[in-house]
Amino acid sequence: MNNQSIFEAYPRNDASLLIPLLQNIQTEFGYLPEDQLEKVAEHIGIPLSRVYGVATFYNQFRLKPLGKYVIRVCRGTACHVKGSLDILRILESELGIKAGETTKDFMFSIETVACIGACSIAPVIVINDEYFGGLTPKSIQKLIKKFKDKG
Amino acid sequence: MKDFLDILNRKHMDFKVTPDLFMDIIHESPDITLPAQTAQELREYKSRLTLEKTDKPAVIVGMGTCGLANGAQGVYDTFKEELEKRGIEAELISTGCVGYCAEEVIVDIKLPGYPRLSYARVTPKDVSNLIETTLINHEPVRDKVLGVYHEKSEKRWENLPVINNIPFFKIQQKVVLENCGIIDPENIDQYIVRGGYKGLSRVLKNMSPEDVIEDMLKAGLRGRGGGGFKTGMKWKFARQSEGDKKYLICNADEGDPGAFMDRAILEGDPHRVVEGMVIAAYAIGASEGYIYCRAEYPLAIRRLRKTLADAEKYGLLGDNILNSGFSFKLKIKEGAGAFVCGEETALINSIEGNRGMPRPRPPYPTTEGLWGKPTVINNVETFANVPVIIRRGADWYASIGTATSKGTKIFALSGKVKNVGLVEVPMGTTLRQIVFDVGGGIPDGRRFKAVQIGGPSGGALPESVIDTAIDYENLKEIGAMMGSGGLVVMDETTCMVDLAKYFMTFIMSESCGKCIPCREGTKRLYETLERLTRSYKNENDPEEALLRFQGMVYLERLAKVITTTSLCGLGQTAANPVLSTLHYFRDEYEAHLYERKCPAGVCKELLTYKIDTDKCTGCTLCATKCPVDAIVGERKKAHYIISDKCTRCGQCMMNCNFNAIYVE
Ligand SMILES: Cc1cc2nc3c(=O)[nH]c(=O)nc-3n(C[C@H](O)[C@H](O)[C@H](O)COP(=O)(O)O)c2cc1C
Ligand code: SF4
Ligand code: SF4
Ligand code: SF4
Ligand code: FES
Ligand code: FES
Repeated sequence: MNNQSIFEAYPRNDASLLIPLLQNIQTEFGYLPEDQLEKVAEHIGIPLSRVYGVATFYNQFRLKPLGKYVIRVCRGTACHVKGSLDILRILESELGIKAGETTKDFMFSIETVACIGACSIAPVIVINDEYFGGLTPKSIQKLIKKFKDKG
Repeated sequence: MKDFLDILNRKHMDFKVTPDLFMDIIHESPDITLPAQTAQELREYKSRLTLEKTDKPAVIVGMGTCGLANGAQGVYDTFKEELEKRGIEAELISTGCVGYCAEEVIVDIKLPGYPRLSYARVTPKDVSNLIETTLINHEPVRDKVLGVYHEKSEKRWENLPVINNIPFFKIQQKVVLENCGIIDPENIDQYIVRGGYKGLSRVLKNMSPEDVIEDMLKAGLRGRGGGGFKTGMKWKFARQSEGDKKYLICNADEGDPGAFMDRAILEGDPHRVVEGMVIAAYAIGASEGYIYCRAEYPLAIRRLRKTLADAEKYGLLGDNILNSGFSFKLKIKEGAGAFVCGEETALINSIEGNRGMPRPRPPYPTTEGLWGKPTVINNVETFANVPVIIRRGADWYASIGTATSKGTKIFALSGKVKNVGLVEVPMGTTLRQIVFDVGGGIPDGRRFKAVQIGGPSGGALPESVIDTAIDYENLKEIGAMMGSGGLVVMDETTCMVDLAKYFMTFIMSESCGKCIPCREGTKRLYETLERLTRSYKNENDPEEALLRFQGMVYLERLAKVITTTSLCGLGQTAANPVLSTLHYFRDEYEAHLYERKCPAGVCKELLTYKIDTDKCTGCTLCATKCPVDAIVGERKKAHYIISDKCTRCGQCMMNCNFNAIYVE
C-alpha cells in the first residue's frame, strides 16, 4: 500500500483522527518515520510539536524501526511474582540491549508490557505473535539461542 | 447455514418482519402467528443453536487469549484436519473462555443425547484419541475429563464429576460470565437465543429512560471500574445535564497489570456489552458512543468489530433501533498503551486526539465530557451487568451481595495459586474462599503470604484479614480497594519490599507527569525502596546508608503528600502498595533496613551465595561462568564462593547442574 492511500482514508483537519492515523502509519511502516510525522502534522493541520508530543506519550508508538523478532516481556504482577524480572535481565544480557532497544543488526527488539492475560502460564513472553510461558532462567536461554540460530 | 434473518425474512410470509417484531418472535412473545413451517424451522434452529437437540456432535474449543497462549489454535486445527480426514460430520466451534485458565486448553464435546462434556489440558496429541473414544465410540476419556455440564439429557455417563460441583466452580455464581466459554461469541444468534437483547427490546418497548435509571438505582449496581460509583446516579446526572448532544463511552482500557476480566468478557460475550451500552445510551439520551479498548487486546478488538456490524445488521444498533425511533451509533477506539488513559478524563483527552492527561474535576464528564458534552463513562463489566438486571429484575439483582455492594464481581485470580483463572462470585464472598476454595490454595506445599487486590492502586493483604467479606467499603477499611478485580496471590517466596518496588516502578513510568507530587514523589518513593534492597557494597557514597534511614523516616509523610495533592486517581492511590505492605509486613522492611537481609530470598543484592560442599561435584562449571572470578576450587573438589567478590549475578546458581548452589 502506498502511503498516499493511508492519508486518503482520513479527512483533513480532524484532530481526533491523529492517533488512529499514527496507528495506521505504524502498522504500515513498523514505526513512525520522521517524514511521515511531518506529513501528519500538515494533514491534520496541527504543529509538528503536538504530533511529536502525542507520539512520544503513548507506549505503543516508536520512532525507530524494530528488529525482526520483537520480544515482548510481560511485566504484569502475576508474571513479576513468578520471576519475570529475571527473565527480562537475562534477555537483556544475552542480546546486549535494554528493554525498549533494538540490536544493531535489527534482529531483536525487547519491549515490556503489562499483563497480556496469560497469567496462568506466567512468566510469559511473546515473540512476534507466539506465546512462550512457564519460563525459567534456563529455558529462556535455550529459547533465545534457538531464535539466534534460526536467524 | 441459515440464520434468524434468513428464516424470518421469508417472501412467503404475508407480513414484514420488522426488527422489533423479529426480537419478539425469537423471544416468544409475538403478537402474530407464524406460518407453521417457519415456526417449525425456527424451533429446530433454536435447539441447534443451544446444542439442546442436535443431530450431529459438536466440538467446542476455548479460544480466548489464554487458551490461544496455551496452544488452542493447534488443537483446533488438528480437530479440523482429523475430522475431515475421517469424514466425520461434526460442528467445530470456537468459544471464549470458561475462566479455568489453569486447565487450558479446554475442549467441550457435545454428542446428541448426551450432556456437554468438558475436557481439560488438551493438546494436539490427544485429539485423535478424543475423536476415537468420544465422537465415535461415545465414551469419555476419563483421565482428560474436567466434568460434565448439568443438563437434561436422554443418556449419561456414570461417575463423572459435574462441572458445578468441582471446587473451582462450586461457589462461583455466573451471572455476567454465564455465556463465556459456552457460546460462540462471533455468532449473534447464539447470544440472542440465550435471552440476548431481550432486555433492550423490553426497555425500548415498555420503559422510559427514567424507568431504566430507577431500575439501576434499585438494583444497586455500582461501577466495576474501580471507584464503585452508583451507576444509576451517574446516568441520572448525565440525563439531567443540558446538552444538544450526549456521549457514552465504554472503558475497556483494562490497565491493571494482573486483571483480564474485561478482556474475557469482550472476547467471550461481546454482545452483552453492546446491549448494555445501548440501554445506557437510551437512558441518558446519548446518540453516539465509543468503546475505548486497549491495543494490547487485538482479539477483543477484532471480535468487537464483527459484533457491531452484526448488531447493526439486526437493527439493534444504529438508526431507529428496533423500530423505536431511538438511534445510537457506536465506534471503536484503539488505545495506544498508557495506563493513565484508563482514568476517565485522560481517556476523553485521548479520544480527542491529545496526550492522555487527566483534567481537573469538576466539571465532571457527566456535565462536560467528550468535546465538552455530557458524557457517561462506564467500565466493561458494569455494562455487562445491565442487560441481566433488566431481564431478571432489579429486585432479583439486589438480592445478591452485601448491604452496600450488590451483584457479583469477577476476579482475575493469578500468581502463586493452583487454579489460576477468572472467578465470578457474589459480593460478600471472602478472600479466603476465593484463594483456597476456588483457587485451591498455594502450590508446591508453600505457605500463603498475601494477596494483592486492586492492582497498583490497591494493597497487599495478609492472612489475618482475608476472612473479610469482599465489598467496596470493607476493602477500603483494610487498606485495599476493589479496583478492577485483579487478585495476585503471593507465597513465602515473594518479598513484599520487592513487590512495593515493582508497583512503584510501574507507577513511576505510567505517571503522566502533569503534577509534581505524582511525577517526582513516586520517584522518591521508588528510590527509598531501591536503597532498602541495595547492598552497601554497591554504594560508592557513604551518604547512601544515611539516606536509607532518612527515606524510611519520611516515607509515610511523603506518601501522604502524594496522596493528598495529586490531581488524579493514579497519584492519589500511588502510595497504597507501599503503605499497605509497610502496615502488614513491617518486619520485612525492618529486616531489609536493619539486618540487611531479604527474608524471602528475592532481593538479589542482599543475598549471600553459597555452595553446598556435599552436593558439589567439582565440575568447575560455575567457576568458568562467574564473571568476576569469585569462585575458587580444584577440579573434582568442592568449590567455594568468595563472598566479598561476588556480585550476586546468579549465573553460577543458574548453571550448576547439581543444585549445589544456594542463597541465604
Ligand atoms: C489511573 C487510573 C486508571 C484507571 N483504569 C481504568 C481501567 O482500566 N478500566 C476502567 O474501567 N476504569 C479505570 N479507571 C476508573 C475510571 O476513571 C472510571 O472511574 C471508570 O471507568 C468508571 O466506570 P464505572 O463507574 O463503571 O466503574 C481508572 C482510574 C484511574 C485513576
Ligand atoms: S496524579 Fe499523576 S497521573 Fe494523575 S494527573 Fe497527576 S501526574 Fe498525571
Ligand atoms: S557448578 Fe555446581 S557442582 Fe559444579 S563446581 Fe560449581 S557448585 Fe560444584
Ligand atoms: S552469583 Fe555471580 S558473581 Fe557471585 S559467585 Fe555466582 S557467578 Fe560469581
Ligand atoms: S501478569 Fe503476565 S500475563 Fe498476566
Ligand atoms: S481460561 Fe481464558 S482467560 Fe484464562
